[in-house]
Amino acid sequence: MSQNDVIIKVEHLSKSFGDKTVLDDINLEIKRGEFVTLLGPSGCGKTTMLRFIAGFNTADEGKIIMEGKDITDVPPFKRPLNTVFQRYALFPHLDVYDNIAFGLKLNKVPEEEIDKRVMKVLKLVSMSDYEDRDVESLSGGQQQRVAIARALINQPKVLLLDEPLAALDLKMRKDMQIELKEMHKKLGITFIYVTHDQEEALTLSDTIVVMNEGKIQQIGTPTDIYNEPVNAFVADFIGESNILKGRMIRDRRVAFIKHEFDCVDEGFGEDVKVDVVVRPEDIYFTTDPAKCQFKAKVNSCIFKGVHYEMWVDTDTGYELMIQDYDPYPVGSEVMLYIDPDDIQVMKKEREANTYAAKVTGEGEVEFLGTTFACDTTGFEEGDEVVATIRFEKVDLLDYEEEADTTGNVVFILYMGNHYHLTVKTESGENIWVDTNDIWDKGDFVGIKILPEDIRLSKPAAGNE
Amino acid sequence: MDWKKLFAKLYIWLLLIVLYAPIAFIVIFSFTEAKSLGNWTGFSTALYQNLFNGSMQNASGLLSAVKNTLLIALVASVVATLLGTIAAIGIFHLHGTKKQTMTFLNNIPMINPDIITGVSLFLLFVFLGISQGYTTVILAHITFCTPYVVLNVMPKLRQMNPNIYEAALDLGATPAQAFRKVLVPALRPGMISGFILSFTMSLDDFVVTFFTRGTIGLDTLSTYIYTDARKGGLTPELKPLMSIIFLIILVVLLVINIRQSKQLEKKA
Repeated sequence: MSQNDVIIKVEHLSKSFGDKTVLDDINLEIKRGEFVTLLGPSGCGKTTMLRFIAGFNTADEGKIIMEGKDITDVPPFKRPLNTVFQRYALFPHLDVYDNIAFGLKLNKVPEEEIDKRVMKVLKLVSMSDYEDRDVESLSGGQQQRVAIARALINQPKVLLLDEPLAALDLKMRKDMQIELKEMHKKLGITFIYVTHDQEEALTLSDTIVVMNEGKIQQIGTPTDIYNEPVNAFVADFIGESNILKGRMIRDRRVAFIKHEFDCVDEGFGEDVKVDVVVRPEDIYFTTDPAKCQFKAKVNSCIFKGVHYEMWVDTDTGYELMIQDYDPYPVGSEVMLYIDPDDIQVMKKEREANTYAAKVTGEGEVEFLGTTFACDTTGFEEGDEVVATIRFEKVDLLDYEEEADTTGNVVFILYMGNHYHLTVKTESGENIWVDTNDIWDKGDFVGIKILPEDIRLSKPAAGNE
Repeated sequence: MDWKKLFAKLYIWLLLIVLYAPIAFIVIFSFTEAKSLGNWTGFSTALYQNLFNGSMQNASGLLSAVKNTLLIALVASVVATLLGTIAAIGIFHLHGTKKQTMTFLNNIPMINPDIITGVSLFLLFVFLGISQGYTTVILAHITFCTPYVVLNVMPKLRQMNPNIYEAALDLGATPAQAFRKVLVPALRPGMISGFILSFTMSLDDFVVTFFTRGTIGLDTLSTYIYTDARKGGLTPELKPLMSIIFLIILVVLLVINIRQSKQLEKKA
């Protein structure tokens, strides 16, 4: 990609509010004329990042480069980009015309030209003849159109949109999506769009940037992101998916749900633990025993409008979601298969919880901001060690009294036969837990680890 | 009519009479010539004539007191409105305990007894060696008016869309332009009510003025009337003056109320 094609470049952007890290070393290049979406759950840092590009937030670290020029310290009113705000942010004391003409009047543009340009953008957003209306008398959708017109009239090189459709009802939102896409095509300028709505992102974008916990998880086209998610978070956030533990047997051969399958992934090595994603629409029913890869029993079947959503129990004790145009009766035995193309193998992010720890005494070790009892044979007081706890060995309690520490459930993945939970502990570090118990996102939990489940080892040399 | 309703009506009328009788008393007796209050010697507008053609005793003293009062009230409330608006914006953008602390600190001067405000300002000015007169009275009035402006502007900030200031910057306005063209119009109703409140509080003040006016003979209406009343009874011409002030305040209040109800109608 030639440097000329890049209109905005974000380099090593980091930002914290208090002790909360909102953005963590973000690097991003945005091409001229692209429709880029920053997608993620609330609190993932996407809006902070947009505000950094617009110039409303300053960063702790990092640079923003626009068309080769460092604009990190350029104030917002001197940046050649404009913003459409989430709740419109129209000026209530001005009418539609004066709202839209605000920027031009500041720049002392001659009146006839203002007139011409206001009429032109009003036509672009299908709001002709509304110029004398009071903005507060307009509907939400109309106000949003005025907000877009107001941002476009300054002919920005980049248009920033902060969840512009979030406040509209579903029907209106769908219509506006199509119009935004057409506007983008017609104007040919760069759009940077923030949303938490994955469907909106898939519909609108040329490129999607998936963010979580202040980090970019994946950058790609909508089809890339949907078909080849790089980790369990992306797979879970975009669309429906079955996320399962697996083992790469060798190149192009993977085992999961206690069956072996052909796949198209290579380069993981032999006998390596992996995560596997299979989309519910990619599991097929068959009546041909030769094609059947595994059997299952239909557990539930719900009509979803276009397709049926079914949960099946496999013969090996896993639960899978399947979407199909034809329903299969609850209780029926079915034969299933998956195409090698449709199995997405992902590198495991971690195989167990590991923490840098310190031996604080005989049978005592400190990590996660608290002390745990464990076997310290072979280590002396003051030794720096690595504590390893397997996911299934962490106990979650709904009372604090007997717990070693506490935390909040921040992310839940269903893995076919158990839940994989991310729990943010008091110390701010995460602990990952495999459990069969049902917890909700946001639950406050006590965390207990038995002494015999903590394994200590020497830190790898030079790896600290 | 049942007894409950009758009692309620009697109660409200009694309350209104107690509230307004003293004022009515002054207004009525401003239309008679008698020197001592409470003596009715027939209808006359002589006191009004004396007041306006300056043939009363110490007319120049009264005139300068009126001028001082208006000047001090105007300067103090304009400055307090500016300071209070800026302070409100600052406090609004604080978070957590800082915001609570600042709001609390802003509220204390309002419930603080005037006598304490007056004496402490007097001591402060003496300590700082500021010669007492116009400057100190104006400074003192700004001090007790500003918190009321903050209190009036704050709700407008809460109602305002938090992004409109940023939207103005985004469209190319400098911070000063954004303040003038977007923030001020949005906060204007709060600023106006803060200004009016400051103005009436300043007009009305006696205690703080008394302690900070020094010895150069600076008089506002309230201190003038006080001194006048202590020197062998109230000058009769003050009765028409007070009636006029009451009338002006009444008109201003009516205008504000009518404007507000019209705005509400427009929104609804």
